[in-house]
Amino acid sequence: MIKVGIDVGGTNTDAAILDGDRVLAAFKAPTSGDVSTGIVEALRGVLAQSGLPITDIGSLVIGTTHFTNAFVQARELSPVAVIRIGAPATMALPPLCGWPERLADCIGDFRRIVGGGHEFDGRRIAPLDEAALRQAARDIRAAGLTSAAVTSVFSPVDTTCEERAAEILRSENPDLMITLSNAIGRVGLLERENAAVMNASLAGLSAKVVASFRTALRELGMTAPFFVSQNDGTVMAADTVARFPVLTFASGPTNSMRGAAFLSKLQDAIVLDIGGTTSDVGVIANGYPRESSVAVDIGGVRTNFRMPDILSVGLGGGSIVRDGTDLTIGPDSVGYRLLSEAMVFGGATLTTSDIASASGVAQIGDRQRVAHLSADLLERATDRMHFMLEEAIDRMKISADPVPVVLVGGGAVLVSRPLKGASELIVPEHSGVANAVGAAIAQVGGEVDQIMLYEGRGRDHALQSATELARKRAIDAGAAVESLQTVEVEEVPLAYVPGGAVRVRVKVVGDFAAGMVGR
Amino acid sequence: MIFRREHIQDLARGAAFLGAGGGGDPYVGCMLLEQAMLTTPEIRIISVDEVPDDALVVPTAMMGAPTVLIEKLPNGDEARLALQRMEQEVGRPAFAVMPGEIGGLAALLPLVLAARTGLPVVDADAIGRAVPALQMTSFHVHGLPASPVTLADVHGNSAVVRAKDDQSSEWLARSISVAMGATCQFCFCPMTGAELRRGAVRDTITNAIGIGRAIRLARAEKSGAVDGLLNYLRGTEHYRWATLLYDGKVVDLKRETRAGWAVGTIKMEPIAPFEGKLEVVFQNEHLIVRQDGQMKASVPDVIALLDRETAQPITTEGVRYGQRLKVVATSSPAVMRTPAGLEVIGPRAFGFEEDFVPVEVLNSLQGPA
Repeated sequence: MIKVGIDVGGTNTDAAILDGDRVLAAFKAPTSGDVSTGIVEALRGVLAQSGLPITDIGSLVIGTTHFTNAFVQARELSPVAVIRIGAPATMALPPLCGWPERLADCIGDFRRIVGGGHEFDGRRIAPLDEAALRQAARDIRAAGLTSAAVTSVFSPVDTTCEERAAEILRSENPDLMITLSNAIGRVGLLERENAAVMNASLAGLSAKVVASFRTALRELGMTAPFFVSQNDGTVMAADTVARFPVLTFASGPTNSMRGAAFLSKLQDAIVLDIGGTTSDVGVIANGYPRESSVAVDIGGVRTNFRMPDILSVGLGGGSIVRDGTDLTIGPDSVGYRLLSEAMVFGGATLTTSDIASASGVAQIGDRQRVAHLSADLLERATDRMHFMLEEAIDRMKISADPVPVVLVGGGAVLVSRPLKGASELIVPEHSGVANAVGAAIAQVGGEVDQIMLYEGRGRDHALQSATELARKRAIDAGAAVESLQTVEVEEVPLAYVPGGAVRVRVKVVGDFAAGMVGR
Repeated sequence: MIFRREHIQDLARGAAFLGAGGGGDPYVGCMLLEQAMLTTPEIRIISVDEVPDDALVVPTAMMGAPTVLIEKLPNGDEARLALQRMEQEVGRPAFAVMPGEIGGLAALLPLVLAARTGLPVVDADAIGRAVPALQMTSFHVHGLPASPVTLADVHGNSAVVRAKDDQSSEWLARSISVAMGATCQFCFCPMTGAELRRGAVRDTITNAIGIGRAIRLARAEKSGAVDGLLNYLRGTEHYRWATLLYDGKVVDLKRETRAGWAVGTIKMEPIAPFEGKLEVVFQNEHLIVRQDGQMKASVPDVIALLDRETAQPITTEGVRYGQRLKVVATSSPAVMRTPAGLEVIGPRAFGFEEDFVPVEVLNSLQGPA
């Protein structure tokens, strides 16, 4: 099957076309303000290079940072009806507490806390206050709101309150876009509620962007369905994206890491993606990126939905080198002005690219312009760069054992020596478009993350029902039943809680079902 | 002193330091205090000496499972209800509230109650750091019982425990907190001003704020985040024997949950000029630190792990392989170093073979003390 992956970054939109495991062609186009134009150009370019007609495409996956950027920059956010179920609990901390003002202002001031929710063991905190929800539904209509976020206490244990609330809201507002927190976040009410509100605020924009992708691809004559990358290395059907835009956050680094693993044929490795300003270090375990275990801050808002565990260090191809009492590199960079400001390009700023060029390890710009740099300076700067990368790699490892390191990204040329802690250093073919390759090879996944009580039903039964639910979710998302495999089972017992309460996470992935990718 | 919103982060940071690896994530506590101080922008922190001999002082805190605490957030009125029950139980109104322990989240909650009631907070606690159980306090050492304990939940339910000893108080209160949905607010060990002067560890709130501020100010400078902290500590009464024990990176980490405790060992290798291998043993809090097998500090003295760059205190659950950390140890309040104090919180109380030796003796510290 012919698979196409397109990764929309801040600067470039990269495309790769694969036939099974083989990369047929790759293409880079500049990212456009409207996203779609860049995608069309990249797709045209990569098809032209491969010589294939667009009708040969079996699946197309798009990875984009558009929604992350929109949220952080508070652009085109929808106002949201924020509804929390849990009174009389949680009253001490109202929704959106701790949000930066400029983002909270975009969300508006429709915030309600109504009675209901669950205890950790499934008991009800209070009966669901349906009258208050009906009133909220009417008020939402009167206010003309189009998007709502519903968060109930312990909805990861029991989703019924959120589901019933959605029914009530929808009965008054059939077209309301509703985000239920249990579909996105984990235990941790404020963080999960924040994630749900964030998602709801992007509902309008995501519907618009997905529609523009669809129109653009149809105009090109593409008939295959298209998908959008999530940040765990799996995909969503285009229709689902409009409902879960936050799940695309940080899909860029995830695609790079998955692509690096695929191109190097490694299931377990550290991936070092060196760009112009930073190096992103991530860990691939079992072919998928390791997830962050701590609360993640996005634009000053604390959330806890799954994100890849990425360490960014201020070292890239444009990082500024200063030689004072100590030699320092970065964290500031000349960025996209590299081609005018770096010494090898006739500029006046000493960058890491100048060091690499002068040392003769990479052919960048005009080496004559940096011939005056002393051997001592080159030596110390090269030492420093490798030291920074070695430290970053070491911080991401979980043990002292050496692991293979895969190098991708344009700045990979800076690495000219073996790195401490790396069993081997691999620069795979097509590493410049590892992100697009990672998008192309994405699979379909299903996940369960909830608190289960082992007492009574027993551990095996609990794990089995969680796995079945994860499989069902994967199939619903478009996975082929016969290809499903369980890639992760995690059990974390809760401290101080009786009844054998355990937080269970199960993740299942599979290939696209044939019916999904018909032409 | 007058406590204002700008002190919240300093207090939280200082309380994380005195948490000695335990005390939990203070985030929810900070948010509760931020919220309460929107309507009450000033809280009075009073010294132990400002409390009349016969006035009632009530320690307060939260009890429950950390996982539940971040999900089923408080109503906001529980602590006031628990305090009312205590006042009824004792038969007179409270003059002030105070923290039971100054480590982590527990340091912030009495201020939330103070903001909601208008009562002052006594600048003291029962230990001068974080501890894993009620009986490991200076109150216990001085024979002040934890009983009566009053508990309240989000619904306005409350309970009173009168127990024959501190262990029973802890057991019964824990069972009730589970029935209350594994999280509740409680008050315990009501005492008079005279008893407070006998049993409490003084000045620990202002010390925690000072520690947090010292870290923040030193962080703003180019280097030596830890130097600023050590300078501050050396000027305090309880923590004046303070030293940077080690600078290194985590090379091995073992942890497990045993009988509800987070138990484990952190192994570190040095960054020059430090030498030798370091080992930190923890049970909720850091208990003992050894360098090449030699004990360098132990409970009740405070052992804190700080991020090498920012000096942010790290809890045991936040430690990861590969982290660069500085290890700082300080003396603990004198009462915890007495034989009676060591009996409840010395190394032997945690099953170690070693006797307690003060950090200043172990490290031959010469100081301004």
